Amino acid sequence: MKLMAQLAMVMNLDKCIGCHTCSVTCKQAWTNRTGVEYAWFNNVETRPGQGYPRQYQDQQRWKGGWTLTKRGRLTLRSGSRFKRLLNIFANPDLPTVADYYEPWTYDYDNLLSAPAMDTTPVARPKSLITGEDTAVTWGANWDDDLGGGPQQVSRDPVLAKLSAQVKLEFEQTFMFYLPRICEHCLNPSCSASCPSGAVYKRSEDGIVLVDQDRCRGWRQCVTGCPYKKIYFNHKTGKAEKCTFCYPRVEVGIPTVCAETCVGRLRYIGVVFYDADAVLAAASVPDERDLYPAQLGVFLNPHDPRVVAEAERAGISQEWIEAAQVSPVYQLIVDYQVALPLHPEYRTMPMVWYVPPLSPVVDALAGTGHDGENADNLFGAIDALRIPVEYLAELFTAGDVGPVRAALRRLAAMRAHMRRVNLGEPVAPEIAESVRLTPTEIEAMYRLLAIAKYEHRYVIPSAAGADAHRLDALATGCSLDSDGSPGMTAFDVMDGKFHLTAHPSDTNGAAAPADKARRINLLNWDGKSTNGLFPAVPISNGPVSNGQISHGSATNGAEPVAERTR
Amino acid sequence: MTGLLWVTVPYVAFTSFLLGHIWRYRHDQFGWTTRSSQLYESHLLRWGSPLFHFGLLAVLGGHVLGIAIPASWTAAAGVSEQAYHLLSVSFGTLAGLATVAGLGILLYRRSTVPAVRKATTTIDKGMYLLLSAAIGTGMLNTVGSNLIGGGYDYRATVSPWFRSLFTIHPQPELMAGTPVSFQIHNLVVLALLGLWPYTRLVHVFSAPLGYLTRPYVVYRSRDANHPGARRYARAWEVSAPPSARR
Repeated sequence: MKLMAQLAMVMNLDKCIGCHTCSVTCKQAWTNRTGVEYAWFNNVETRPGQGYPRQYQDQQRWKGGWTLTKRGRLTLRSGSRFKRLLNIFANPDLPTVADYYEPWTYDYDNLLSAPAMDTTPVARPKSLITGEDTAVTWGANWDDDLGGGPQQVSRDPVLAKLSAQVKLEFEQTFMFYLPRICEHCLNPSCSASCPSGAVYKRSEDGIVLVDQDRCRGWRQCVTGCPYKKIYFNHKTGKAEKCTFCYPRVEVGIPTVCAETCVGRLRYIGVVFYDADAVLAAASVPDERDLYPAQLGVFLNPHDPRVVAEAERAGISQEWIEAAQVSPVYQLIVDYQVALPLHPEYRTMPMVWYVPPLSPVVDALAGTGHDGENADNLFGAIDALRIPVEYLAELFTAGDVGPVRAALRRLAAMRAHMRRVNLGEPVAPEIAESVRLTPTEIEAMYRLLAIAKYEHRYVIPSAAGADAHRLDALATGCSLDSDGSPGMTAFDVMDGKFHLTAHPSDTNGAAAPADKARRINLLNWDGKSTNGLFPAVPISNGPVSNGQISHGSATNGAEPVAERTR
Repeated sequence: MTGLLWVTVPYVAFTSFLLGHIWRYRHDQFGWTTRSSQLYESHLLRWGSPLFHFGLLAVLGGHVLGIAIPASWTAAAGVSEQAYHLLSVSFGTLAGLATVAGLGILLYRRSTVPAVRKATTTIDKGMYLLLSAAIGTGMLNTVGSNLIGGGYDYRATVSPWFRSLFTIHPQPELMAGTPVSFQIHNLVVLALLGLWPYTRLVHVFSAPLGYLTRPYVVYRSRDANHPGARRYARAWEVSAPPSARR
């Protein structure tokens, strides 16, 4: 056994309102640079829908993830290593920028600089790739809220797997939002695809990163990732991906997407797993066995043998304790209400999802039934094929059993808590019908519905002196003041992605000219609004509303101004 | 003049090639990339890039055979001059045609696809010019002199001169009587070699052959390799305002 620790995430889809705050803050922190304008490390897509990039789930076309050879051995779906190298000069399975969308801006300057004329000047859309006029025809969430109608929705590759009858009924049935980040897989096919060995999995916390200095731009990882969560920076010629906000989690604070999530639907915690068991689990012949196989890879952090093994592996006490109270482990293993996204890709993803019960409740309520009644809900979960089968295609390779079980537990929780809240007598048979006790179901309710920040995010910090150093980076230190050689998270980003031009850079700066003046959410610990609002020089006019309402016009503005160094 | 062209120029080019690569590898890992433009355009690249690259690899193999290996060795191996000539001209022409066709498609793509054109830097343009000239003159030598013309035995002059550069006993006089087209080809290639380390061509030396043997998934420890340790050091050193930093 080789015990390893993994930072993992669970998202409760019932709570996602599709506000895209996670996407926007992530972009603001990580990808508001030239070359990755089209890249969203975090995106929120409406299901059913095509997703981003368009139809990325169609692996017949994009060849992402793993597959089994005839002899049952695990191999990249895009072909053997030799075949990948033969295709290195032109990757036949690479999405082009048109498959994501052509990023654009508007010619705002024209609004101010246009001469006086009869008609109102307009801000034309300009391509951020070519700088020319462009027609905006697609975006990262173009079919948001089923936008585009049945024509767009019917192009959903997941929908294509369902039967014809289901498809016809579909658009009247339900929709939900699916926020996606990199899965930080236990068996990452992006890393396996990288000819240079630049995409690596960190052995301390399982975060999958791209070494910007080792990447040579062979772009095989973009094909290798079935979730299409590796992006090619067309300015620097290097691959980039979601970093799980490692500068933040290293000091124990959650990722930007989780920190800013309005619905508080994200959970971050440690999971122990047996790295030696991953290959066998990812190689089970039947795709529907992949979800249980992955559950089998996880190790119970309460088991003394596992604790002993963790200590032997050099994992600190802080991490072991964090694993024992991990909300992620509870949702995945204890309650089994969280499910992996597309386990059939055989990458052993580590961002899991609590499937949404709301579509079932809505469908029930739409027919005039009581959508909170346990019996009604159980009946509906069994009878409503459409949402359940669709969810099964997303989360369990089409096996409706685990999806039904998870939804039944959520339904039981709903019914049980209604009785509690209305002061009705508790009916233990509701909890028992989903193999839980009333106490357990209430604990699950607390975790899913009202858990506080420190219970949703149980993130042990990185060990030792390193943590001390990084602590200074992510939360700001006293040396950041005027003229001092202070280090900010911007400098970390700058170093990694060469935002400002270094003398040796052959490609020039990757950042827009005013990048240094922009606010960087990477620094934000969620505790104050200092530094969140841009500095407006007093001489330029009245102080803006935002600053007045936050009462920190001068104090809040200063750190931002300092960051222009 | 002969000494300048066939001793000084090659050694300057070699020095630039060697030191340039060492300097760039040590100081510009971040810029060491293919800077692929496939993200912008895929259809033309699917044809042009493999034609060009595989063609060029074959051309390179032919050059090794014709220049690095002395004629006496091939003769000792039982390959007659006529057989060698036939082989080199036929395969050379085929490989050259593939390279030229590929390069043509790639140049067409680079000049007509707006996104690709926009991504072309000044040094790219210089590199393309030299590369095209090198391939063009080389093609002229193979097809013009050796296929259509009577044939020129460069293995008696050009090849020994080139090898003499590496034994530190340069023999520029060997190049004196060679056809002008061969001389131009050599000078263009030397210029390309001199420019090489400062262009995208460095990606040639990153040919990822190790991929065939390494484990699929790469694990790395945060502590062991101190990713970014160098960067932190640099960040602490730099404390100038942005204007001075740029």
